[in-house]
This record gives sequence, C-alpha cells and structure tokens, in this order.
Amino acid sequence: MSAPHAHNSAHPHGDHGAPPPDGGHGHGSRRGYVIGFLLSAVLTAIPFWLVMTGALADVQATAITVVGLAFVQIIVHTYFFLHVNNKAEGGWTMMALLFTVVIVAIVIAGSLWIMFHLNSNMMPMAHETTFGG
Amino acid sequence: MTTQAQPAYAGNHSAGDDGTQPPIFYETEAHEHDHSSGGTMLGFWIYLMSDALIFATLFATYGVMSTSYAGGPAPSQIFALPLVALNTAMLLISSITCGMGMIAMEEGKKGATQLWFAITFLFGAAFVGIELYEFAELIHEGATPMRSGFLSAFFTLVGTHGLHVTVGLIWILVMLVQIQQRGLVPENRRRMMCLSMFWHLLDVVWIGVFTFVYLLGVLR
Repeated sequence: MSAPHAHNSAHPHGDHGAPPPDGGHGHGSRRGYVIGFLLSAVLTAIPFWLVMTGALADVQATAITVVGLAFVQIIVHTYFFLHVNNKAEGGWTMMALLFTVVIVAIVIAGSLWIMFHLNSNMMPMAHETTFGG
Repeated sequence: MTTQAQPAYAGNHSAGDDGTQPPIFYETEAHEHDHSSGGTMLGFWIYLMSDALIFATLFATYGVMSTSYAGGPAPSQIFALPLVALNTAMLLISSITCGMGMIAMEEGKKGATQLWFAITFLFGAAFVGIELYEFAELIHEGATPMRSGFLSAFFTLVGTHGLHVTVGLIWILVMLVQIQQRGLVPENRRRMMCLSMFWHLLDVVWIGVFTFVYLLGVLR
C-alpha cells in the first residue's frame, strides 16, 4: 500500500522516462497519451462505421460488437487518460473505481430488469393500446 | 522517506501526570510530502466516482424510457449519426490536447500549457456548440423533451453531460487566467490535475452516450 515506488513515480519533478502510465495522477507520458488516443480513435471509428454502413447484416451481432468495443474503449480511457492502476494513490483510486463499477452495474442492470418485468406484468396489451395515440 | 522516525505529534500530557515520560508518537507510514496534491487527488477522484453514479442513474432512466415513444419519433428518425460522429471527434481530440497540456505543465512550460488548454477549450466549445445545434434542430422538428418519455430521458441524459462540459469550459477559462497571473505554482498544478481528470471522465461518459443512446438507438 505504501510501496515507495508509487510515491517516487508521483513526484512532480520525477523521471518522465518511466513507462506509461506511471503511478501518479495526471502524470502520463506523451507516448501514453498518443497510444491511448490512437486506440480510442480506432475504437470510436469501428462502431460508427458498423452502424452507419450496416457492414454486419445481423443487427444483433452489430449491437453486441458496438457494446463490446465501448467497454474496451472505456478501459483504454481509464488506463491511458485517467491513469488508474493499482499503484496510484496506494491503490485507492482503483478500489473506488471498482466499487463504483459494481454500483453502476447494479443500478443500470437492476433498473432495467425490474422495470422490464413491471411492464410485462402490469401493462396488458389492451391497456397499452389506449396510450398509443 | 524522510518523515520516518520524526515525531509528528507529542501528546499534551506533562511528565508530572503519572510520573512517566510523555508519550511520543512516530509516523510509521510515509507521507506524500513530495506530492503537492496530498489527499486532494483522491478526494476529487471520489467526487468523480459519485458523478459517475449520477450518470448511471440517468443511463438507467434512459434505458427504461428508451422505447416509450408515446406515438412520437423513434431514435432512428431523429438522430443524425454524421453529426454525432463529428461531435465525438471534437471531444476525443480535446482529450488528447488536454493530455498534451498536462505534459507541458509537468515540464514547466507555462506558455505551452496555456496554448494546449486554449485548444482544448476550442474543441470543447465546438462540442457544446454542435450539441446545442442538434438540440435546436430536434426541438424545431417537434422532438421536444415534452413529446415522449424517450425524449425526456434523452434530453436529461445528454443535457446533463453537456452541462458538465460547459462547466469544464468555464473551469478551463478560470485556470488560463490563474496560470497567467501566478504561473505554474503548486496550487495551480493541483487544480489542473483535477481539471484534466474531470475532462477525461466526461469523455468516458460520452463513450456510453454515443454507444447506448445514439448507435444502439439507430440500430433499434
């Protein structure tokens, strides 16, 4: 938790030749940012291209690919731009992030799950049609 | 670390209280004295995580409402993907110019830092401008937030993100003035690190927006 390496690499005047990204906040290297940007550009271009051209005939397959690429891109941004790793701030940024990811997953998946079942149980089709107009 | 074995706090007990020497406390864990940010960065990170939770609730709301058209327009009828792609490019480019600005700051280059963040401001302003144009077009077509549950949730989610970017733009302007007046002092470095994390997090949220709202919306 208090590994000397983490503190040393977070030094404002530290060695910037360290491999990206280092242990500090906002202390990326130029190379780290460029790699992150190129990965991010590719991971943005592919889903837009897939949806705009309909390259994959199957809508389901396109949707799964697009969502998968989004998760990869979020990880790329978190690692290369936000510099979250298991060394920054003694590992506590990573712990806070993991906690948040769990809560976000519960909030989103739980809401969709509950409301989907609520819709299918509470709103019979005959009733629904009255809202149609 | 230099702080080891230095008394951090000597208790107020006088030696005469119980006939023993006053207790001396030693810090056994090294503090981050060389880290000008101290606990601020972790605290700001916790704030960013709570901000992410706000967006999680808005995403969940949008997910629940996303097919409640109430006879109004569906996503594929109103979303213009080329415009969204342009908007995404603006925010993505502003992310790397922000990163370049942070590197210039760490190298102690005041002018380069200001220049990179001025460029970041322009791309961020372009993003907000394009988004406002998109909103104006939608409202002109009759796709207002009042039209359906889907549109209410859409304007709330995307509008909240746009509001965050707008606050980030104001923050950049404030920091440009502060750097101009006081240079890259430790206080300004700390604020810039918070600003860059805020900016990068908004980019992460936008990945969710363009994927789940725009791309999956048009697919549906």
